[in-house]
Amino acid sequence: MQFRLLRGDTILIIILAAAALFIIGLVIALAVELYSGSVASIFQFGPGFLIGSQWEPGKNVFGALPFVYGTLVTSAIAIVIGFPISLGVAIFISEKLKSHLTFGYLLGTVVDLLAAVPSVIYGLWGVFILIPLLRDYVEKPLHSSLGFIPLFSGHPFGYDFFTAGVILAIMIIPTISAVSRDVLSEVPNSQREAMFSLGATDWEVTQKAVLPYARSGIFGAFILGLGRAFGETMAVTMVIGNIPSISSSFFSPGATLSSIIANQFGESSGIFQSSIIELGLILFFVALLINVLARLLLWRMTRGTRVKV
Amino acid sequence: MRTSDLPASISLWRKIVNKLMTILVIVAVILAVIPLLLILGDVVIRGAPALSLGFLIHSLPTSTKGLSGGIGPAIVGSFTMVGIAALISVPIGVGAGIFFSEWASSRLSTISGFMNDVLTGFPSIVIGLFVFVIIVLPTKQSSAFAGGVALSFVMLPIIARTTGESLKLVPMTLREASMALGIPRWKTVIRIVISTGKRGLLTGILLAVARATGETAPILLTASTSIYFAKSIFQPTASLTVFIYNYGTSGSASWQTEAWGAALVLILIMLGLNLLVKLTIGRNPIGARMEL
Repeated sequence: MQFRLLRGDTILIIILAAAALFIIGLVIALAVELYSGSVASIFQFGPGFLIGSQWEPGKNVFGALPFVYGTLVTSAIAIVIGFPISLGVAIFISEKLKSHLTFGYLLGTVVDLLAAVPSVIYGLWGVFILIPLLRDYVEKPLHSSLGFIPLFSGHPFGYDFFTAGVILAIMIIPTISAVSRDVLSEVPNSQREAMFSLGATDWEVTQKAVLPYARSGIFGAFILGLGRAFGETMAVTMVIGNIPSISSSFFSPGATLSSIIANQFGESSGIFQSSIIELGLILFFVALLINVLARLLLWRMTRGTRVKV
Repeated sequence: MRTSDLPASISLWRKIVNKLMTILVIVAVILAVIPLLLILGDVVIRGAPALSLGFLIHSLPTSTKGLSGGIGPAIVGSFTMVGIAALISVPIGVGAGIFFSEWASSRLSTISGFMNDVLTGFPSIVIGLFVFVIIVLPTKQSSAFAGGVALSFVMLPIIARTTGESLKLVPMTLREASMALGIPRWKTVIRIVISTGKRGLLTGILLAVARATGETAPILLTASTSIYFAKSIFQPTASLTVFIYNYGTSGSASWQTEAWGAALVLILIMLGLNLLVKLTIGRNPIGARMEL
């Protein structure tokens, strides 16, 4: 009897531990297989691949720099626009709506719904609605008034870094605001009460007692949002133009690591394909770094209890 | 405490800053909500003209003149691939999730849980490339099977985490009571813990299904597309999302309308799944968010 019971437990723990091990194995396999898929490109171009600014499939010359640049520029635009908005939403729900829980919950749900919209629908909407809108009401006025600044030079055409950045900003809002909301709700009330008792205004409480306390968690949310912007594929692919160029203008077409994979992978083979897989390998390590950093920050903030992202 | 309750001694400047920040925060909320309304509105307005029964069941459009054909193969393909993905990811994800919650203090649980969180934030296109290398390259064939495997890796971390988080909420006293009755641990886990936490489990699975249904990049690289109904899961297979991408970025106006139609169908499926999630979890969301 005793022996039989013990065996049941052993079988269960073996099965469950195997499932848990599978996840670790999957992350390792991702790295190994992406490496094996890009080995031809790695040997041919070496570390120069990272700083090569030419991407010409016709001549079999490949360098990742235009895409690294595109990824950084679009993500920067997304963060500059998206982060303050997300933080505003989080502050509104957790600080202003403290006594209206139902409304706060509803608003949170609505903002969360933004994340439920598939990436490809953002892309479709971007192509047909956002591009004409930004081109005619933002890019053209900026270009004609401030065109002497390199950032706003070029030919505002709509398919460019700027549009991609704006779409990304919309897409990272639910991520950053949801995590920040969780983090702000972890701030103990005594923190706020102490500040109020000193005669502070609502904003001073938020600014001086709440935000500093939640600092590392909010930074974690920021990094997670950045991670989402780095990896986002379809919406960006559809609005960025997919031209491997490095331009100082926001209003010129470009490409990101993920957009060029989606855009060119289908027609690739041989060393071309291998180079694209190497772009994926770069994306893998960037994503790994960003996510590990973000999780560590969030874990520290919430002292071991995991923030549900 | 409201600004108006503050003592009169507070300087005008601080009051102005306070008001200004309140306004800015409200503006942020409006800016965050507007895109959602615009997107939903545009999808309904532009997608509705394409909808008809024929649109839902016919093979993909081949003629670029006028509305023709339908998205039958894309709908069937999407469901097939999500089905395959669920068959793979549900057992593994639930298993890992149980391990995270029941053996929470083990080192394996910590490491695997951390890896799982990291995996959730991974760009899905990287997973598409990975499955391309392990399945499509050796078999030289894009297929619904490869697409399903890719989607399963997208679903896995979501299921594992929601399972783990929701089972952790099952009161420890239930486990202790069961063990005190001499019921072995494996039976306690299956009969007590899982049956108490099954709502959370279901929520996680639904969330993962919703996420997989909306994925494009991994399928684009692994399942390709087809204009016909696939005869087996080892052939290139159409999906709603890849259909929207291909036809939406085409130059043909009627194809673009059909892409909007497919977008409307996809949004309705997503909203339906979301509603199911909300109904399952009721008013008390347990780690259940659409953003993942």
